[in-house]
Amino acid sequence: MATESTNTAATETKGNGKMIAYVLIAVAAVLFVLAYADGYDSLSIHPMDQFEVSPLFGGDTVHWYTPTNATLWMGLAIAAIAALMVMGTKGRAVIPSRSQSMAELAYGFIRKMVEDVAGKDALPYFPYIFTAFLFILFANFLALIPTSFSPTSHIAVTVILALTVFLSVTVIGFVKNGAGFLSLFWVSSAPLPLRPILAVIEVISYCVRPVSHSVRLAGAVMAGHAVLKVFAGFAGALGLAGIAPVFGVIAIYGLEVLVAAIQAYVFTILTCVYLKDALHPHH
Amino acid sequence: MADDATTGAAAGGEAGIPQLDFATFPNQIFWLVVALVAIYFILSRVALPRIASVLAERQGTLTNDLAAAEDLKRQAVEAEEAYNKALADARAEAAKIAEETRAGIQAQLNEAIAHADAEIAAKSAESEARIAEIRAGALQSIEDVARDVAADVVNAVAPGQSVDADALAAAVSERVKG
Repeated sequence: MATESTNTAATETKGNGKMIAYVLIAVAAVLFVLAYADGYDSLSIHPMDQFEVSPLFGGDTVHWYTPTNATLWMGLAIAAIAALMVMGTKGRAVIPSRSQSMAELAYGFIRKMVEDVAGKDALPYFPYIFTAFLFILFANFLALIPTSFSPTSHIAVTVILALTVFLSVTVIGFVKNGAGFLSLFWVSSAPLPLRPILAVIEVISYCVRPVSHSVRLAGAVMAGHAVLKVFAGFAGALGLAGIAPVFGVIAIYGLEVLVAAIQAYVFTILTCVYLKDALHPHH
Repeated sequence: MADDATTGAAAGGEAGIPQLDFATFPNQIFWLVVALVAIYFILSRVALPRIASVLAERQGTLTNDLAAAEDLKRQAVEAEEAYNKALADARAEAAKIAEETRAGIQAQLNEAIAHADAEIAAKSAESEARIAEIRAGALQSIEDVARDVAADVVNAVAPGQSVDADALAAAVSERVKG
């Protein structure tokens, strides 16, 4: 009897949590509609306006040092990361609080990923990989706040993230293995006549890595946000019938929540895979 | 698109997409590097060592607690063994004491019986000696009485006749021994 009642209580709490998540998504979606539908009296929707980089404190020109909305939202990501990883772990408790537990989960998740995918000798690079993961994750999630700006939707940002990984991994590969790193491109399991051809293909695919690495992230975030805004624009343009696109926005918003986490995960695990190639180039 | 790049951010939304407005690239890249460096230092200087130490401490606590539990269990087993051993010892001791007591009592009993036997033997020997003595005394008394009676009989039969006392005594002794 007692266990049964606690079980039902637990499922109720779980149900409540799910309920709260759904309600949050719905509220955010409606805010999205309100934020972007406002001011559109016709079907002139500008889904890409949300990605514009503009100075925070007036002015037209964007110098390299100008504080822009990109600065603001990257700064908010830093603040959120600091809040979780520093403030959240302030107690240093053996039995962790909720926030400390989340910080430890994130830490353990990425650390285990680095160790499992790239091996124990990749652990010195764990702080940077964790940095990139948290930056992408928090930038993605903060970008889901209506009227926010999404830094990770810009290829300028993702290309730098991907190039940093690409260049570091290449340098690490040559420093750790010397010329042996080139064996990554020499498929020793293939028949000898095929190997030069395969080597060319391997080199090309290696060099294309930063492109796919960066465009995947920027593309996914940009496409999702653009679609959200298109639907929100419909809602504004259709008048009373605009209630229909709202449900579309709710659905896509839920999908975007998943995409935000999955893209951060994909970027990180690809980083680990590339690092594995650099540390252990032999197939 | 090349036009957008030169005219800057304001024109980005009209003709091209803002992502390809290269005029904003230096700005984004600069702030991205700042953000990454900031996060990297926050993590590597503060958060990661702290979490690592907390996890290590928790692991240590767990290991210690498990070891302590193992130790306590071992102590409990030892205590039980000691208890059982003490119990067995006490039983053996009790059995030994009972055996000793029984043997002691048996020895005392044997001694007492032997003593009693000896006393009985001594007493009966003494009694036999006295009986023999009494019997010898009785025979002597009979001879004395017979001699006196014989002397009196002689006096009565032949008064005034002197009787040889020695001859009389010898004759009586002879008859009594018969």
